[in-house]
Amino acid sequence: MATLLQVRNLTTQFFTSSGTVRAVDNITFDVDEGETVAVVGESGCGKSVSALSILRLVPWPPGKIVGGSINFMGQDLLEMSNDDIRRVRGREISMVFQEPMTSLNPVLSIGLQLTETMQHHLGLSPAQALKRAAELLEMVGISEPKRRLAQFPHHLSGGMRQRVMIAVALSCEPKLIIADEPTTALDVTIQAQILELMKDLTKRLGVALVVITHNLGVVARYADRVNVMYAGKIIEMGSAQQIYHQPHHPYTLGLLASVPRMDQPRGTRLIPIDGQPPDLTRLDGGCAFRPRCRFAVDRCAQEFPPLENIDSGHVSACWRVKEINELKNAS
Amino acid sequence: MTNAIPFVQIRNLKMHFPVTEGVVIQRTTAHVKAVDGVSFEIPKGETLGLVGESGCGKTTIGRCILQLETATEGEILFEGIDLTQLSQKELVPTRAKIQVIFQDPYSSLNPRMKIGNMLDEPIRVHGIITDKVKRKERVRELLSICGLDPRFSDSYPHEMSGGQRQRVGIARALALNPEFIICDEAVSALDVSIQAQVINLLEDLREQFNLTYLFIAHDLSVVRHISNRVAVMYLGKLVELAEGNELFDNPSHPYTRALLDAVPIPDPQAEAERAHSVIQGEIPSPMNPPSGCVFHPRCPLAVDSCRNEIPEFRQTKTGHWVACNQI
Ligand SMILES: Nc1ncnc2c1ncn2[C@@H]1O[C@H](COP(=O)(O)OP(=O)(O)OP(=O)(O)O)[C@@H](O)[C@H]1O
Ligand SMILES: Nc1ncnc2c1ncn2[C@@H]1O[C@H](COP(=O)(O)OP(=O)(O)OP(=O)(O)O)[C@@H](O)[C@H]1O
Ligand SMILES: [Mg+2]
Ligand SMILES: [Mg+2]
Repeated sequence: MATLLQVRNLTTQFFTSSGTVRAVDNITFDVDEGETVAVVGESGCGKSVSALSILRLVPWPPGKIVGGSINFMGQDLLEMSNDDIRRVRGREISMVFQEPMTSLNPVLSIGLQLTETMQHHLGLSPAQALKRAAELLEMVGISEPKRRLAQFPHHLSGGMRQRVMIAVALSCEPKLIIADEPTTALDVTIQAQILELMKDLTKRLGVALVVITHNLGVVARYADRVNVMYAGKIIEMGSAQQIYHQPHHPYTLGLLASVPRMDQPRGTRLIPIDGQPPDLTRLDGGCAFRPRCRFAVDRCAQEFPPLENIDSGHVSACWRVKEINELKNAS
Repeated sequence: MTNAIPFVQIRNLKMHFPVTEGVVIQRTTAHVKAVDGVSFEIPKGETLGLVGESGCGKTTIGRCILQLETATEGEILFEGIDLTQLSQKELVPTRAKIQVIFQDPYSSLNPRMKIGNMLDEPIRVHGIITDKVKRKERVRELLSICGLDPRFSDSYPHEMSGGQRQRVGIARALALNPEFIICDEAVSALDVSIQAQVINLLEDLREQFNLTYLFIAHDLSVVRHISNRVAVMYLGKLVELAEGNELFDNPSHPYTRALLDAVPIPDPQAEAERAHSVIQGEIPSPMNPPSGCVFHPRCPLAVDSCRNEIPEFRQTKTGHWVACNQI
């Protein structure tokens, strides 16, 4: 399949009174048509900011994209005029935001929020848009859609708001959907329903999906490829199989070990990754994970390790990547 | 146990929201039966997990306990006192003992307040620590036990990531040394490694201060991990309640079984090999719930009588409660 999105050396920073927050630091990745790419990583590592950067929604001040390029269907999104990028947003690329309450307008009815974009981007009449809005709500599993259209966000449960956001994102049949924690507020059965719905769009219409999630079960089931981020950088990238069965970065190893699993006995204590997440205003030239890494050596403090090839499509940024399997087994 | 007053006790709680139509003159055209006759107890020091379909009424139960909604019917007893009968003033001392970690952290944090002040204020207002320097110390401590760098004291909520804001919510709930915490999707915005840290923290605090939790969450592996007992809710009603191992090893209610079947396993191989069944049938409306057993239109075990008979919530084994007539 053709490449739809090419992100190259994307770097986004926040210039705050307590220093420069290096939220996204030189990340490079591709998304193909019809593909589902999952982005995982610790809280605060730059997942949402990288998504916002793709749509140029990083708030200035204090945030700014300071470098890189984002090629989408032959055009660099970073070079586009404001009018052009507005046309891309919602129409060609849509986004499901992490916290539904912040992106739904509290004083507008659900119906209005859904129909507005469709009238604007697809040129539907108000009646057509309303009919389509009801269908969309039904698709995301909301009962009595007509009545719900007249309600306001605070009348809905957390998961219903999240599904309204998803309905908005699907409404204009975009080429790329960036979904930031789209199913955290949903129970597993509705989660499955929504993800099947999105997966079906990728298969049928070649829509590409970038899913930011910390639910490693969801990643295992739906992702073709996985980008693992730490402190603003992509530190490991590979197919879902490679990441789960052949993880090659100490952070990824720690991440997989800390998941509570249904197939483990209850009452076992969880194994978090020790130590605190790094302060993104105080990064040095070394590997940001080293203070928490069991395998760190002197070199890790001096130089950031480059992404090293492990297998086809599988890369990892660790100085000890060659020994990682022995190290893992030894400890 | 039998004679003692239960720490938290909910009796036949109902919360029906009016649904209105019309712009100028609003008419009530229906009611959302968000919570429809729910009863449970939580002994002190215990964690009750509460799970169920999105929109089934979990948050509403929490809001009723907190007296943020006026329950349509029912009793909410805290250490034997019915909170629904108290005046605003009488409620104050009790409310300080009950804290909440909200589902949507952003909307519950004041956007114009720095994180440090947000944590400092309640400690000052409730006179827990009067010394300013000591309070500042406590704020730093609260932040760091929640895995946040103390530099976030000077940040505003919009300067933080989703998971960082969620941890501010947790720190704020802990600030007042509560006895009972309602955790509504309290760890759902956190990645697994920080989630593990926070869950361990919640467990340590429970141990240390004999805290009691109502733990609302969708992540069943987390609920299974932290809860002593688990209640399963569907469309405003409890359908099953049992001790954790029992519920996860021997789920009885067809809805509970469907829910457990849908949990994705964090392993792509295992996921690819396993069958995925989705609950069939239309999602029913809380404005117009099905007659009889509310689950019958989607239930694989349903027979004719399920359409008319409301199943009783009964004990099938000691401590294992189920609302289903087919088992
Ligand atoms: N407006 C802002 N001003 C200053 N710093 C910011 C701002 N927005 C985000 N940041 C910082 O940028 C970093 C990356 O944030 P981002 O929201 O991308 O994290 P994330 O990976 O999505 O985390 P989570 O899983 O918690 O949502 C964080 O450390 C955050 O504190
Ligand atoms: N203020 C309100 N006015 C009208 N209806 C409401 C109100 N608050 C909640 N509801 C309705 O009550 C029902 C239960 O909502 P609640 O938020 O308790 O669900 P929930 O179980 O927490 O769901 P989720 O898992 O999605 O957060 C929903 O149908 C919702 O639309
Ligand atoms: Mg985020
Ligand atoms: Mg809720």
